[in-house]
Amino acid sequence: MRSRRSMPVLVMTLVLCTALLPLGACDNAGTEPAADVGGPAEMAADAITVSATAAALSDDEPPPAATSDGLLATVRARGTLRCGVQNELPGFGFLSPEGEYQGFDIDFCRAVAAAVLGDAEAVEFLPLTSQQRFTALQTGEVDVLIRNTTWTLSRDTTNGLDFGPTTFYDGQGMMVRSDLGVSELAGLGGASICVGAGTTTEKNLGDAMRSVGAEFTPVVLEDTAQVFSAYDEGRCDAVTSDKSQLAAQQTTLADPAAHVVLDVTMSKEPLGPAVLQGDAQWADVVNWVVFGIIAAEEFGITSTNIDEFMASEDPEIRRLLGLEDALGEGLGLANDFLVGTIRSVGNYGEIYDRNLGPDTTLDIPRGVNNLWTQGGLLYSPPFR
Amino acid sequence: MTARWLRDERVLAALVQLVVAAVVAAVGMWLVLGVLADLRARGIAPGFSFLGQTAGFGIGEGLAFQPTDSYGRALAVGLANTLRVAVAGIALATALGFVVALARLSHNPLLEGLARAFIDAMRNTPLSIQLVLWIGLLRTLPPITQAMALFPAAAATATAPDPPTAWLLLSLKGAAIAWPRPLPGAGGWLAAAAGAVAAGIAVRRWRSHVRDRTGAPAHHGVWTVAVLASSAALAWAVLGPPAAWDLPRVEGPFRYAGGYVTTPEFAALLFGLVVYTGAFIAEVVRSGIQSVGIGQREAARALGLTEGTVLRLVVLPQALRVIVPPMTNQYLNLTKNSSLAIIIGFPDLFSVGQTVGNQTGQVVAVVAIVMAVYLGISLLTSLVLNAYGRSVRLIER
Repeated sequence: MRSRRSMPVLVMTLVLCTALLPLGACDNAGTEPAADVGGPAEMAADAITVSATAAALSDDEPPPAATSDGLLATVRARGTLRCGVQNELPGFGFLSPEGEYQGFDIDFCRAVAAAVLGDAEAVEFLPLTSQQRFTALQTGEVDVLIRNTTWTLSRDTTNGLDFGPTTFYDGQGMMVRSDLGVSELAGLGGASICVGAGTTTEKNLGDAMRSVGAEFTPVVLEDTAQVFSAYDEGRCDAVTSDKSQLAAQQTTLADPAAHVVLDVTMSKEPLGPAVLQGDAQWADVVNWVVFGIIAAEEFGITSTNIDEFMASEDPEIRRLLGLEDALGEGLGLANDFLVGTIRSVGNYGEIYDRNLGPDTTLDIPRGVNNLWTQGGLLYSPPFR
Repeated sequence: MTARWLRDERVLAALVQLVVAAVVAAVGMWLVLGVLADLRARGIAPGFSFLGQTAGFGIGEGLAFQPTDSYGRALAVGLANTLRVAVAGIALATALGFVVALARLSHNPLLEGLARAFIDAMRNTPLSIQLVLWIGLLRTLPPITQAMALFPAAAATATAPDPPTAWLLLSLKGAAIAWPRPLPGAGGWLAAAAGAVAAGIAVRRWRSHVRDRTGAPAHHGVWTVAVLASSAALAWAVLGPPAAWDLPRVEGPFRYAGGYVTTPEFAALLFGLVVYTGAFIAEVVRSGIQSVGIGQREAARALGLTEGTVLRLVVLPQALRVIVPPMTNQYLNLTKNSSLAIIIGFPDLFSVGQTVGNQTGQVVAVVAIVMAVYLGISLLTSLVLNAYGRSVRLIER
C-alpha cells in the first residue's frame, strides 16, 4: 500500500526539517544570550525564541562573549603549552633536519611557555596549514597561534580571535624570475600567480592587481611548500606572499639568484600571536610577555647580562624583573615571570638576530621592526 | 480490557514510529542548538548572510568570476568545476572500464596480463598519491614560451599569425586545443540540424514500415547516415560553414590565446580519477559479464554469431542488470573523490569552500553547504541510475 511505504519517508523529512529549523531561522540577527548550554527545556525555549524573534529583530547585536574556564589554569594543569606554528618557513617556523623547531615565532612560543610554566622547553608544537590554523584555535586544539598570522578586522571579529601585539611588521610582496624583466605589478598582465589558500595574500592579490588594471590567473595551493615548489617548477610566473616569507623561501629554491622580489609593497601585514576571544586573562598574559621582551631590548637587558640588571636601582627595570610592585600577580603569573623568559629566550633583538639577522641566510634588515627610539614601530606600554 | 484500536498492529507501529521520530528530532535539535551556542560563545555569529558578501579572492579556472563577486557565486563556480570533472570523469571512466574489462577477459595472455596489472596497480594505491604523481608528471612539461606544438598548422606567412600555431599546444600552463568558434550563420545551422533530425526519424519509420511490409532489410544505419550527410551538405551549400577553427597560440610570455585551454590541475584530476575509478569499473563490468551463464554464449555461437555480436546482443544486455548497482557506487565514489582536488590546486567546491570558511570564520555553515551539495549530487546520480536499473531489470514471472 502506498501509505505504508511513504510513511517512513514522511517521518524522516519531518524530523530533518525540525532539526534544521533553528539553523535556518537564525540569520545573524541577535537572539537571547545563550551563555550557558542548558538542558532540553532551555534548548526548546531557545529554539522557540529563535524562530519567533528572527523576523521581529531588525538590527544586529554583537554576540556576547562568554567567559571560559581560564586557559591559564588549563595550561598550568597540563604542564605544557600547545602552540600552533609553521613548520615550512625558514626563519619564522621551521623544522630542522635534526627534528628541532626553530624560528622567530617558535622563540615567542618558548617565551610564553617560560613565563607561564617556568620552562622554555615545555611546549608542544602543532604544525598547521593556513587553512587549519583558525579552526585549530577555535576548537581549543592549540592555546596560542604564533604562525605569521596577519592582524585584520575580520579575523578579530568574525573569526573570533584576539590578537597580541605585532611582533613583525611586514608587507605583501611579489617574487618573479629575474629573466622576465618585470619590475612592477602592471608587467604581470595575464600571468599565473601562485598563492597560498586561506591567506590574506589571496584577498590582497585580487585587490592589488585590480588597482593596476592587470588580469591574472591565481593558482591556489594548500600549503606553503606546495606553493613555492609549484613556482619553482615553473607552473606559475610569480608567487606572492609576505615579503619575509618570500625572502625566507627564496633560500630554498633551486636557484635563489634567478629570482627577484619586486620592490612593491601590496599591503600592510602586521604579524603577531593570536588567542581565542573571550579569555581576557590569557590574552593579557600573552600580550605582556611580548611587551616584556620588547621592553627588555629597550632597557638593554639581554640573556647574558640579566644577572647584572637584577642588582639595578632603576625602578622601571626593577618592576619589569619583578623585584618591586608585584605586577606579575595581576596577570596570574609569578612576579619574576620575565626573568626566566629573558634568560632562556633573550630580548626582542636577540630573537630577531638569531632567526632573521645578518648572520643568518635570510638577513632581513630590521627596518620598522625596531624600537621606537631607533625609528621603528616597536613600543611597549610601561610596566607599572 | 484495552481499547480495540490500541491492540491494532498498525496503530502500535505508527505510535512507535512517532516516538522514535520525536526522540531523533530532539537529539538533532539539541546537537544543532549546542553548535549554535558554542559558535556564539566564541564570538562567531552563525548564519548564512555571509554568502552575499564580497569574496575578494580570485578563482583560477571555471566560470567567469571577479574578486568583486559574492561568496555565494564563488561556491557556485566551485560547484560548476566539480560537476565538470565529475561528468567528464564518469564518461571517460566508464569507457576505460569497459575496455579494460574486455581486455581482462580476453584469451590473449599479454592483453590479459596487462589489464590485470593495470587493475591491481590502480586499485591498490591511494588516490591522493596517484593525483600527486599525475600533477608531478604534468609539471615536467616545458614552460609556455617553449610550448610543445603537436600537429602544427600552417607555417608563419604574411597573413598567418607569428609564431606559427598548432592544433594542440602543451606546456606547464596546460593544454590548448583548437576549438570550433561559431560563425554568424550558426543560428541557421541549428534549424537545419532540427530539420535533419526530424527527417532522420521519418526515414527510420519509413524503413521499418518497409521491412514490416515486405521483409526487406531496413538498413536503418545506412539510411540515417545518408539523411544526415545530405542535410549537412545542403546546409553547407546554402549557409556556408557553421564554425571556424580557433587555433591556439602563445601570446606574450604568460598565456595562451584562442582555442580551448585546460589547466594541468584539471587534467591531473581528470586522469587520476578516470584511471582509478576505471580500474574499479573494469572489475564491476567483468563480474557482470561473467555472471551471464556460459550456456548463453555457447548457444549464441552455435547460432553462428561472431564474438563481437554475441557480446553486443546477448551478453551485455543481460550483464547490465548485474553491472548497474555497483556502477552507481563507482559513480558516486568518483564524484566524492573529486574533492581531493584541493591537494593539487584545482578550485573545486570543497577547495573554494575551505577558502570561504577560512575568510569568514563560518566553517560550520560552509561545511554544511558543501555536504548538502555533495549529498544532492549523489542522490540525483543514484536516482537516475536506479531508474535505469529498474528499466533493465529482469522481471520474474
